[in-house]
Amino acid sequence: MSLADILARHKGREGPLLPILHDVQAEFGHVSEDAIRTIAADLNLTRAEVHGVVSFYHDYRSTPEPRPVIKLCRAEACQARGVEALVDAMTPNPAVKIETVYCLGLCSVGPAAMVGTDVYARLDAAKLETLVKSL
Amino acid sequence: MKVRISDDALAIACGADAVAKAFTDAGAEVERVSSWGMHWLEPLVEINGIGFGPVTPADVSDILAGGADALCIGPVAAHPFIARQQRLTFARAGKTRPLDLDDYYATGGWQGLAKAREIGPSATIEALITSGLRGRGGAGFPAGIKWRTVAGAQSSQKYIVCNADEGDSGTFADRMVMEGDPYVLIEGMAIAGHAVGATKGYVYIRSEYPHAIAKMEAAVKACAHLIAPFDVEIRVGAGAYVCGEETSLLNSLEGKRGEVRAKPPLPALEGLFGKPTVVNNVLTLATVPWVMANGAEAYAAYGMGRSRGTMPIQIAGNVKHGGLFETAFGITLGELVNDIGGGSGSGRPVRCVQVGGPLGAYHPPSQFDTPFDYEAFTGVDGLIGHGGLVVFDETVDMASQAQFAMEFCAAESCGKCTPCRLGSTRGTETLDRVLAGENVDANLALIEDLCDTMKFGSLCALGGFTPYPVMSAITHFREDFVVRNKA
Repeated sequence: MSLADILARHKGREGPLLPILHDVQAEFGHVSEDAIRTIAADLNLTRAEVHGVVSFYHDYRSTPEPRPVIKLCRAEACQARGVEALVDAMTPNPAVKIETVYCLGLCSVGPAAMVGTDVYARLDAAKLETLVKSL
Repeated sequence: MKVRISDDALAIACGADAVAKAFTDAGAEVERVSSWGMHWLEPLVEINGIGFGPVTPADVSDILAGGADALCIGPVAAHPFIARQQRLTFARAGKTRPLDLDDYYATGGWQGLAKAREIGPSATIEALITSGLRGRGGAGFPAGIKWRTVAGAQSSQKYIVCNADEGDSGTFADRMVMEGDPYVLIEGMAIAGHAVGATKGYVYIRSEYPHAIAKMEAAVKACAHLIAPFDVEIRVGAGAYVCGEETSLLNSLEGKRGEVRAKPPLPALEGLFGKPTVVNNVLTLATVPWVMANGAEAYAAYGMGRSRGTMPIQIAGNVKHGGLFETAFGITLGELVNDIGGGSGSGRPVRCVQVGGPLGAYHPPSQFDTPFDYEAFTGVDGLIGHGGLVVFDETVDMASQAQFAMEFCAAESCGKCTPCRLGSTRGTETLDRVLAGENVDANLALIEDLCDTMKFGSLCALGGFTPYPVMSAITHFREDFVVRNKA
């Protein structure tokens, strides 16, 4: 889908900016300066306004991430279940990006992680290592 | 023979899909239902009312052969964890196929909406006020009063906004409603729309909940004809914790930075796009159909003091029996942690429980006699928030937890107000010095002063409540801070 298609898809919606940015990120893997310029022109916003929104939210990237991403929950409930020890024990693997998230709603069966929309619970060092290698 | 297995994200994360496939491959008929909420038993398998858990694909042939006694928990509904509950909001948990309209109808679905349509908007609002239902997102504001304010506002357009930005660690009840019983939430929103005169509703779901988003999208499509002229649209957040704050959420829905707005004006009068807006949490709206169908008095008969009805309490962290426990207000923290939760999962003594998410206080066992009630928790310098409990065993370092609370606030602050934006960063730096053993007493005094400023000077609960975990850690677990004193 092109950026023009995405913009056309959301025509007439109330408050379309976040849905547009989600689609752009999903389609292109990031929200580029060029995309910000085009979106701003289409929505009659300034480039600064769109940039301000993109940079406010953790989900949007300004550059694509070529590696697979594991979102590892490091919030309190997963801390209580030992996620920090898991992080300390991990062998660094430059082929995989480990990102911190705060809560996946799996707080009674942590440590928990998400890859794309796949969710993983009750992680220990061995399971996490297997998950990293599988990507 | 039907094999019932949950398709909720938590069950899937624990391996439910592989277990379901193993049953299908073995020739059994599998039905994917909502989760009972006994999370230590997931993937839980139910056959003719008898439960087995936690099940792996390797156990499947044994179960089908009538064995697997070690995994058998007997009748699921009679399990003490379930039998002790008073499930109103979660009445269907474990019992229905989440997206099946027949299941929903057969279990009393749409009766609340029918009742609201029959008695009319003002009687609906009166019923909600009588029920005593308070906002389950954390603030605890009476839902009926909020609805009455929106109903009384004059406007060509009004909105119902459901706050499904469940970002608090230790909470998952909103996720369970959306994934397990999505129609009850939509019905609650339709009742709200009918009561206040709104025709448009938005559900703002955090992006960390892809399963909930998918279920809600499907549910909204499937029941559109039943709630018309009311219309519900799903919107997805973008990873900002602060958007769980209602005014920040409204800005985000409008396509802006999720910055907090100053109040007044109240969202009830000038909310989404400046129009009168009901902003309610998932649990609040999902409870409304029960109240309407069964009567306000029946709901108000549960609870204690000014906390009426039931609260879906989420037991999480280092606990033996974690899960969803809905019960009337008034149960004590100690009962929840020790009797129902079974103590710590590690088997070590429980050192503290954080109640109410990252902005909630850490409570030591000496406060375990505190009843679960809005006012009682305020009385011990804490809050019940969204009803999440995170249990920690004795290995926890409370100075690090205090430090984490400040860091979290610094990372998630929207930047709108100074006490939160600067206070959290200066607080992190000062706690760094405490952790390094530099002038511990003087720096803790500084933290106390800073917390006072944040608590009373911040625009919203992020900066305003970060002092709860920080100060409770310092007050109840000072030994973890002073031990580092180099002097």
